[in-house]
Amino acid sequence: MTRIDEHGYYGRFGGAFVPEMLFRNIEELRRVYTDWIAEPAFQKEFQALLKDYVGRPTPLYFAERLSEKYKSQIFLKREDLNHTGAHKINNTIGQILVAQRVGKTRIIAETGAGQHGVATATVCALKGIKCIVYMGEVDIERQAPNVARMRMLGAEVRPAKSGSKTLKDATNEAIRDWIQNPEDTHYIIGSVVGPHPFPDMVARFQSVISEEMQKQLLDKIGREHPDRIIACVGGGSNAAGAFYHFLNNESVKLTAVEAAGEGVESGKSAATSILGRDGIIHGSRTLLMQTKDGQIIEPHSISAGLDYPGIGPLHAHLIDSGRAEAIPITDKEALEAGFELSRLEGIIPALESAHALAALNKLALEKEEVVVVNLSGRGDKDLATYIRHMGE
Amino acid sequence: MNRIKDLFKVKDKAILNVFVTAGYPNLSDMPEIVKTLAASGVDMVEIGMPYSDPLADGETIQHSSKVALENGMHLDLLFEQLRALRPTVDIPIILMGYFNQLMQYGVEAFIQAASEAGVDGMILPDLPLIEYERTYKPLFEAANISVSFLICPSTPADRIRKIDTLSQGFIYMVADAATTGQTRDLSEAQRTYFKHIQRLDLQNPRLIGFGISTRDHFVQAAQFARGAIIGSAFLRAIDPKKPENESNSLDERIRGFVGSILEPTVSVG
Repeated sequence: MTRIDEHGYYGRFGGAFVPEMLFRNIEELRRVYTDWIAEPAFQKEFQALLKDYVGRPTPLYFAERLSEKYKSQIFLKREDLNHTGAHKINNTIGQILVAQRVGKTRIIAETGAGQHGVATATVCALKGIKCIVYMGEVDIERQAPNVARMRMLGAEVRPAKSGSKTLKDATNEAIRDWIQNPEDTHYIIGSVVGPHPFPDMVARFQSVISEEMQKQLLDKIGREHPDRIIACVGGGSNAAGAFYHFLNNESVKLTAVEAAGEGVESGKSAATSILGRDGIIHGSRTLLMQTKDGQIIEPHSISAGLDYPGIGPLHAHLIDSGRAEAIPITDKEALEAGFELSRLEGIIPALESAHALAALNKLALEKEEVVVVNLSGRGDKDLATYIRHMGE
Repeated sequence: MNRIKDLFKVKDKAILNVFVTAGYPNLSDMPEIVKTLAASGVDMVEIGMPYSDPLADGETIQHSSKVALENGMHLDLLFEQLRALRPTVDIPIILMGYFNQLMQYGVEAFIQAASEAGVDGMILPDLPLIEYERTYKPLFEAANISVSFLICPSTPADRIRKIDTLSQGFIYMVADAATTGQTRDLSEAQRTYFKHIQRLDLQNPRLIGFGISTRDHFVQAAQFARGAIIGSAFLRAIDPKKPENESNSLDERIRGFVGSILEPTVSVG
């Protein structure tokens, strides 16, 4: 079972563990989101924006030199070519249309690497809606170009100063903001995390990735499905989108790549599916890195977008049930994969996507195996990090 | 016997419930704080189980949780402190925390430990009503621990009725759709809301919380409910880092604060 049940659960993961102050907003979304998304007028506007504004469909590129190296057939789904440089905008376009329909006039968002913040600031500028983005203090420092982009787009960037000062804490602050401003505000959550219906709603908006893949594969290899899809997972929105239309096709192997930081056992890691156990974070029951007492452990990854102690409930379910395989990739391995793709294919990937690429080295791929790596974002925002590690 | 129900039987109005985070300001302060609160005329206490990610709490309580965790507070120690405290005070003790803490301790083990420590009630702001109803209600009821749910201005009337049916002890009425720690006078909108709730004629008594920080708030709130809960304002009043608190002992700070809430200001001259 890879779809949510009536209470918003994937197996035992999911649900909506939220304070009463958020109940009405969550409930309102839950009642209407599937109907609205299905509405012809909504779809028309959504599809038009994806095509003309975002630049979809994104190419499915056969990476010849990479394929040669890993002795298989590797395609890259070029989400890095979307407007704003990552898959995140698929979701923000969908959610801003939802926000308009619920009559909200103020948007809040959390961001880790800044990609979701930029994508949210972008759609708010597009629609002329006030935008506030919460971002961990640590991330503000390591993702300075994206902070500048958000400000240029008219958004206010508020630093999250609690806890590890990264994505988890930015999300806490965004939820607190929503509790204080439930009337006029919609929270555009950036991943397949949070209380139901967010994980499912975000997955639906991101599902355009696998929908396009099906058509493109049919065109390129004569069948709709690959043998394997590899995607990185922080919260897991790009992976959810890349897996979505293949979830029930067991012949497609799903590989979810997690950030191992300095090593799974190093104490500085974000490999949630290995280090986590059932818990509640940001309103959702999922796998969570925590102490014996249930205090949430501060994660670590070189990639701000994967630096999260939980994982979307869909992915917790996919990994727990054996449908998806989780592979941990260290900071160092990700950097190497980033440099490798730059040299082999002339594409500088985001550090998040570099984790997915690094998995190629860990898998026993077969010669004819058709692999799609979801290249979720471009690496411009990570140049400072890449430069620091150049020639190591 | 449940001390919460007994309290509401004998005291009709102006019930004062004060919140303190376990392990704050120092690891072992909570029992003494509770004793002093009880001796100063506070009717019940709510003890916060410090959590790393307290979503429903404002800055003051977040800060106290952080300090408490750094001090080394954890649930087994909290229960140990409560077991020693319980024979020395009669007032109801309520624990407030996040559901993940119970999940990790084991919900049944938690309820047993809480019951043995003489805990009378629980507030778990992120425990969904439906999960409580489907799974946990019989466990709490068997241990005679009342679970209080929150209602706020956005809670629809039919849901309030449902909460009233499922609640035991009292309903926690959120004064403002905001996280704790905001300070402002009761607004016209809040008065209208409280009157609206009064007219629903619920079976459970209500306490008003969130944003109550002064005697004025307390007196006003007590007109619309059986009493009020004060959290952030109390924590600020006992914060040893505040310059104005430096010359006073913890005991003096607690008594001073409770006095400022319960006793009418004496006008001088």
